[in-house]
Amino acid sequence: MATAVSGRWPRAASTGSLGQANPQALIGQSPLPSVFFSSPFGREPARWRLRFLVVGRAASTGSLGQANPQALTGQSPLPLLASSLHRTSLAKVRSLNYGVVRMKRLLQAVGRDGLAAVAGFGDFALFLSRAVTGALVTRQLGRRWVRAVHEQGVRCIPVVTIVGLFAGLVLGLQGYYVLTRFGSAGMLGTFVSLTLTRELAPVLAALMIVGQAGSAMAAEIGIHRNSEQIDALVTMGIDPLGYLITPRLFAALIVFPILTVAFTLVGLAGGYLSGSALLGLDGGVYWSAVHSAIRPADVRECILKALIFGLITMAICCHSGFTTHRRTGVGGSRAVSASTTRAVVLASVATLAADYLITSFLV
Amino acid sequence: MIRPPVPPILEVHGLRKRFGEHLVLDSVNLLVPRGSIVSVFGRSGAGKSVLLKCLAGLLTPDAGEVRFDNGLLHGVRRRCSYLFQANALFDSMTALENVALPLEQTSRLGSREIAHAARDALKNLGLEKFPDHFPAQLSGGMQKRLALARALVMRPELVLFDEPTAGLDPLARNAVFAMIVQYRQQFDFTAVVVTHDVPEALSASDRVALLEDGRICFEGTPAEFVASSDCIVRSWQQYSRGPDQPQPIARS
Repeated sequence: MATAVSGRWPRAASTGSLGQANPQALIGQSPLPSVFFSSPFGREPARWRLRFLVVGRAASTGSLGQANPQALTGQSPLPLLASSLHRTSLAKVRSLNYGVVRMKRLLQAVGRDGLAAVAGFGDFALFLSRAVTGALVTRQLGRRWVRAVHEQGVRCIPVVTIVGLFAGLVLGLQGYYVLTRFGSAGMLGTFVSLTLTRELAPVLAALMIVGQAGSAMAAEIGIHRNSEQIDALVTMGIDPLGYLITPRLFAALIVFPILTVAFTLVGLAGGYLSGSALLGLDGGVYWSAVHSAIRPADVRECILKALIFGLITMAICCHSGFTTHRRTGVGGSRAVSASTTRAVVLASVATLAADYLITSFLV
Repeated sequence: MIRPPVPPILEVHGLRKRFGEHLVLDSVNLLVPRGSIVSVFGRSGAGKSVLLKCLAGLLTPDAGEVRFDNGLLHGVRRRCSYLFQANALFDSMTALENVALPLEQTSRLGSREIAHAARDALKNLGLEKFPDHFPAQLSGGMQKRLALARALVMRPELVLFDEPTAGLDPLARNAVFAMIVQYRQQFDFTAVVVTHDVPEALSASDRVALLEDGRICFEGTPAEFVASSDCIVRSWQQYSRGPDQPQPIARS
């Protein structure tokens, strides 16, 4: 039966502290009148109020609502609290209050993180737009672009080639055994080529470039930031975004598609090696299936994905390094390390998320 | 604040900067006469570097204004240079590339002219034998000179020095201030030097300012500083002479 406890503490009730962070206020001071709960005494509100008043006095000494409820037992009204009835009632009130406090903290944390995420997206968008427009004010952009192409592209050729080869080998093996079950081993070329072109090559090439070049880029820019070299650029009248970021972003627009195509070609060769050279499928059948399976739309999807992955991942890596000084709780070399880790993780997640979105739009 | 006779190249009015709850600069006023060397003293954490970064435009003040040559600071960065405490040299570039960088990015000179100007700057600072050395291959004093060469290659009107003698021995400190005096005369720039080295700064500077609790509590000539009876200034005067005081810097 629900009973409203009210009228005895009007002044206390007006403070209404149920939602406050300090649960002690609930018991020791006032907010009970605003709480509805089931009375174990049925229609005996007077006794209930009396007993609760005693409890309230005991708690007002500063212990009931705190983390250590044992302190209450040390107070004088212990005999009245001995009954399990009171304990149950107090536990209900406390759990209600704690629940409200925890919910409030949860909402605060969600709100804080949500605002930080929105601010982060805004900051990233501003960074990206300033980096792109930095091309208008940066001199000798071509020379720095060539250097960035070398850093991102040439140095990543070995890892992209090796991963592409093994991806093709595995696809050839798995595809051959699966397709043989259905008597469709001749479709191996179709299977390998479409899997590589539409999905694996853009994603795996992007992940390899992020691991090889993106991490190095984030660390290098982070060190520039830590050693005040970016501030030095500003004092020299040089736009740091145009000087450091723009060439790298523009390099990604050519490096990612080229390496993705290279990944696909090497992967197709790997599929041929495992499917034909090792397992005996006729090579003409394999290459004929490859030739007939790949349509221009598949190649366009592959290149589009590579372009978008390149822009997103390199921008994330550059932004992470550029904002190294904002890493809270760490500084110096640990901030650079944190920026590098953050760059690789965020870029990898962004690659897979963008892959899903692009695929869902294009399929 | 007594207005100096030489027209100021830099005027700071009511500069205020706060980081969270911590008020670092509180209504700072400062005048820097053209062609002079102004040294700013202050305890560690007094806000000297923050003041310098506000002057360089690296930090945006919460209130107040910085006027450069009777114009607002914005857009005049190419007429100012900043010498960082840790030099802020690009460690992946050679000495020549470091010096040539501001010319490459902000001037319309050709590559030959840029290389010539950079080599001249290195020669002026005694680094002509090390154009292909990376900063890590140079000594601390040479790195300082290289940073100064990079700062001076654009022929700035104002150079801001952030603790140029930090971490150097007394002789090297004296040499750095002598270098500032020498190149000020050679290149005709105005210098603002933030430093803890009172004796050297008093010898080299035309004016000194004392930053205390976010305010400029003294501004005047070195002679006025030494003669001041202000209790805060007096607490600094004891550092202006001492058993290990270096020889006064020769000024022509």
